[in-house]
Amino acid sequence: MAKSDPAGTTRGRRAGTRSARPGGKTPVTGDLVQLLTPDGDRIDQVTWHDGTEYRVDFTDEEYRSLYRDLVLVRKLDAEATALQRQGELGIWASLLGQEAAQVGSGRALRTQDMAFPTYREHGVLYCRGIDPIMPLGLFRGVDLGGWDPNEFKFNMYTIVIGAQTLHATGYAMGVNMDGKTGTDDGEAVIAYFGDGASAQGDVNEAFIWASVFNAPMVFFCQNNQYAISEPLERQTRIPLYQRAAGFGFPGVRVDGNDVLATYAVTRAALDNARHGQGPTLIEAYTYRMGAHTTTDDPTRYRIASEVEAWQAKDPIARVRTFLTKQGIADDAFLAEVDEQAKQEALRLRERVLEMPDPEPLTLFDNVFPNGSPEIDAQRELTARYMDSFEGSAL
Amino acid sequence: MATETLTLGKALNRGLRRALEQDPKVIIMGEDVGKLGGVFRITDSLQKDFGENRVIDTPLAESGIIGTAVGLSIRGYRPICEIQFDGFVYPAYDQIVSQVAKMHYRSQGKVKVPIVIRIPFGGGIGAVEHHSESPEAYFAHTAGLKVVACATPQDAYTMIQQAVASDDPIVFFEPKRRYHEKGLVDLDAPLDDAYPLHAARVVRPGRDATLLAYGPMVRTALEAAAAAEEDGRDLEVIDLRTLSPLDLGAVYESVKRTGRCVVVHEAPGNLGLGSEIAARITEECFYSLEAPVLRVTGFDTPYPAARLEEDYLPNLDRVLDGVDRTFGW
Ligand SMILES: Cc1ncc(C[n+]2csc(CCOP(=O)(O)OP(=O)(O)O)c2C)c(N)n1
Repeated sequence: MAKSDPAGTTRGRRAGTRSARPGGKTPVTGDLVQLLTPDGDRIDQVTWHDGTEYRVDFTDEEYRSLYRDLVLVRKLDAEATALQRQGELGIWASLLGQEAAQVGSGRALRTQDMAFPTYREHGVLYCRGIDPIMPLGLFRGVDLGGWDPNEFKFNMYTIVIGAQTLHATGYAMGVNMDGKTGTDDGEAVIAYFGDGASAQGDVNEAFIWASVFNAPMVFFCQNNQYAISEPLERQTRIPLYQRAAGFGFPGVRVDGNDVLATYAVTRAALDNARHGQGPTLIEAYTYRMGAHTTTDDPTRYRIASEVEAWQAKDPIARVRTFLTKQGIADDAFLAEVDEQAKQEALRLRERVLEMPDPEPLTLFDNVFPNGSPEIDAQRELTARYMDSFEGSAL
Repeated sequence: MATETLTLGKALNRGLRRALEQDPKVIIMGEDVGKLGGVFRITDSLQKDFGENRVIDTPLAESGIIGTAVGLSIRGYRPICEIQFDGFVYPAYDQIVSQVAKMHYRSQGKVKVPIVIRIPFGGGIGAVEHHSESPEAYFAHTAGLKVVACATPQDAYTMIQQAVASDDPIVFFEPKRRYHEKGLVDLDAPLDDAYPLHAARVVRPGRDATLLAYGPMVRTALEAAAAAEEDGRDLEVIDLRTLSPLDLGAVYESVKRTGRCVVVHEAPGNLGLGSEIAARITEECFYSLEAPVLRVTGFDTPYPAARLEEDYLPNLDRVLDGVDRTFGW
């Protein structure tokens, strides 16, 4: 894992401090932007190296709502993992450990913003208000994960590493061409990708394109320290956020296990983009607590003590501590959230089990908008072949 | 009726202009397509007349050209992407076969990517390596892509507009060595009445054998047919025009009459279009065949140095040799 370990440190900051100098400058942060320490203490405001100040002003209700999102997203994810273990999903890519990075950035999106996920952004999907059942068809193997990106302002999952960053950038160029930037209600586009993806040509091309076309882009890299088995050091020799400088736009590293900081940093970057100030690279420093996917065995490439160290920086526990310490939430609230999560997970399970297998001949559907006589002929032949079996239901 | 004599390249230019005029969502993107008008000048003057937002000089990154075109399509645009030369499409190959080709299928019809990928292809221009290749089979092999090749100025003008108007993603091959050849082009004929994009066409009727070609080889095939006439052989020449899906109805009809067929293309023979076409003709016309379907193609070597390309490329003599072989069977 990375030599530096910034997500656990809050150098020079005292727990629970309110802004020491109201309205004044706060000290420049160390390695990353953090507004909630692993111990559940708030930092009022942080200034990044480039002078940008980050803070959040949430009402108690908003704090509780963020907590609810985090818990729900983790629970649904755990349910999907269980469904895979029981043979109901072919595979699952768990977001365990990355809830804050996804909920923080997902909640920072405004309705008009467009997101381009990888295959792991179930938390962002949830924050977009999308039915969590939507991606499960892909993992169950009953469809290819297809939905209308424009309906949900959330693109389809993309499995080819990095490819979606170019799609996002093209979409963002379109936003510019449509004249939808430069105002408070302008549109911004966020592309998610991993630390492994940062090495892909497509991602680097996307950086260049977004930069030279001043596209309203936020590149949101969840640095979860691993690309399957390969540690960060195999992808980069400098902190990932520093890559942005070479492409000509700002880069910032945020504690990806801190939902407040992630929200603040993403919101600011999105607002810059929508106002016509071009792209930002956000490196959300986090950790993949589980396996890469359900087919992976992380004990082959990382040691238990590393995982334990990150457990101490859990993205949900710190919010719970903060809420309780500040009296924003009581035990009844926490129990109610847990119960809601349990119920939603149960409903998800029931609906997954009910997902019908697709009709065989649908495999010929939608190859082209305008169809193709060759495929029509193959469908026809296949239908006749299937019909030739006695008792065929077709 | 406005009929003009135009080069194939100019006909493409006029077709692109009309596509830009007719739909504000149509945009052109590629390397040097703006001020320069493309290295072959196919987009000449278009940026001047339609602006930098419609005719976009892109960074030198082919995957980026296609990848951003996917995003622009999701946003509702209709990008026409120019790949500067055939041999430079490979950096974009992943985006084309994994993204462009699959979007509609995996979204169950909810996402359309009406992208046209223009590729000048083929040899015969004395170029350095990577500038003379015929990669059409790679794309024809990919489900979800349609692939066409134009051969005449009129087709160039019409087909490019049809391709842009189609919601299907289309790889559009242009016979670069024919860019300067002239022909009559009807500029005003309505697109709706035009010969269909995905249809082969008999360009020379004949009785004795069927010659199939597309792109730059159509003219070569026609020259061969003219020469064969002196030997008393009446060859039918069919311009395939659409490489995926193939339109072989007219071909079957022809081969059932002639009993003999030679497929001509510049691309290597091994697993080229000719292989698939030969297999299908065999399945459809088995009892009418007087000889196996023969192929006259480029060799299974990398495209050679320019001083050897005349030996590599099918030419009049090699096509006639193929015809001789089918009669000698
Ligand atoms: C182009 C490509 N190469 C390889 C793979 C196989 N693969 C799937 S996920 C993955 C690791 C990706 O790591 P990262 O970008 O850090 O994202 P993470 O999975 O950690 O969220 C690999 C190698 C792929 N999907 N696409």
